[in-house]
Amino acid sequence: MNIIDKIEQEQMKDNVPDFKAGDKVKVHAKVREGEKERIQVFEGTVIRRKGGGLSANFTVRKMASGVGVERTFQLHSPNIDKIDVMTIGRVRRSRLYYLRDRTGKAARIKEKRTW
Amino acid sequence: MSAGIIGIKRGMTQIVSETGEMIPVTVVEAPTGRVVQRKTVENDGYSSIQVGAGEKRVGLFNKAEKGHFNKAKVSPARFLKEFRVEDSSAYELGQEVALDSFSAGDYVDVTGVSKGKGFAGGMKRWGFKGQRASHGAEKVHRKVGSIGNATYPGKVFKGKKMPGHLGAERVTIQNITVVAVRPEENLIMLKGAVPGHEKGLLIINKAVKKG
Repeated sequence: MNIIDKIEQEQMKDNVPDFKAGDKVKVHAKVREGEKERIQVFEGTVIRRKGGGLSANFTVRKMASGVGVERTFQLHSPNIDKIDVMTIGRVRRSRLYYLRDRTGKAARIKEKRTW
Repeated sequence: MSAGIIGIKRGMTQIVSETGEMIPVTVVEAPTGRVVQRKTVENDGYSSIQVGAGEKRVGLFNKAEKGHFNKAKVSPARFLKEFRVEDSSAYELGQEVALDSFSAGDYVDVTGVSKGKGFAGGMKRWGFKGQRASHGAEKVHRKVGSIGNATYPGKVFKGKKMPGHLGAERVTIQNITVVAVRPEENLIMLKGAVPGHEKGLLIINKAVKKG
């Protein structure tokens, strides 16, 4: 195997759940405050998945007290404890930037039925 | 001054640090080298060792080259490079020169041949601004513009930056951080970019300006 691929493979997590844009997720992110480390949960809708391999990342959007908040995480970062997929959304595009212009009812995403 | 090593650029990737930062690295393969010749002050006027590393089909070496390697009783190596050392008698002929003199956190200087860009214009080669995109500019957007004055001095000064051949020259990048060393795989990872294309030959020395 190619040396570069091997080095990347070594660092990749193998327990990353399957999720796509439109899914609701809970990201358990490690936050370092001085010496202490605690876990902060960021819950929202995935609006984009970007890149592949080790450099893959994703952006989660949520509304926090009326203000839209987006956070981008590295998929294979050690700062992510785990990712919970809450619901699977039914969307027709891979980048949900249109959610930025919408609030409330208009920003809902239909749930995908899996039976 | 300890000897440097011969490396081959293998490509770039990222290393995830413990704090979750992505560190850009260039992966360099450094095959174990062997001392092929020692140069001494008495004989050559300066002290250095010649190191051979890498492999090449034996049939591709001519008799003179084979003889040179035979003298040191080492197998013929693809690359031969000389490294200045304080005292070459500290090294044995055939002695291994490996990565173990480097460790993570060290600073190194990396020398290589930069990627050839061919005949390049003033904007690419020297960072000239070019000329404007509109307001009547015609066919001059990327041109150099004026290259001098008038009757006085009546010439273009030597060394004037002009279009010409860019790249494919020997370049040294100083003070590159070593991110990781894997002696068992002959790999060294250097932070950021290094000169040249993949599979290109690199010379890695301890940094001159940083301890």
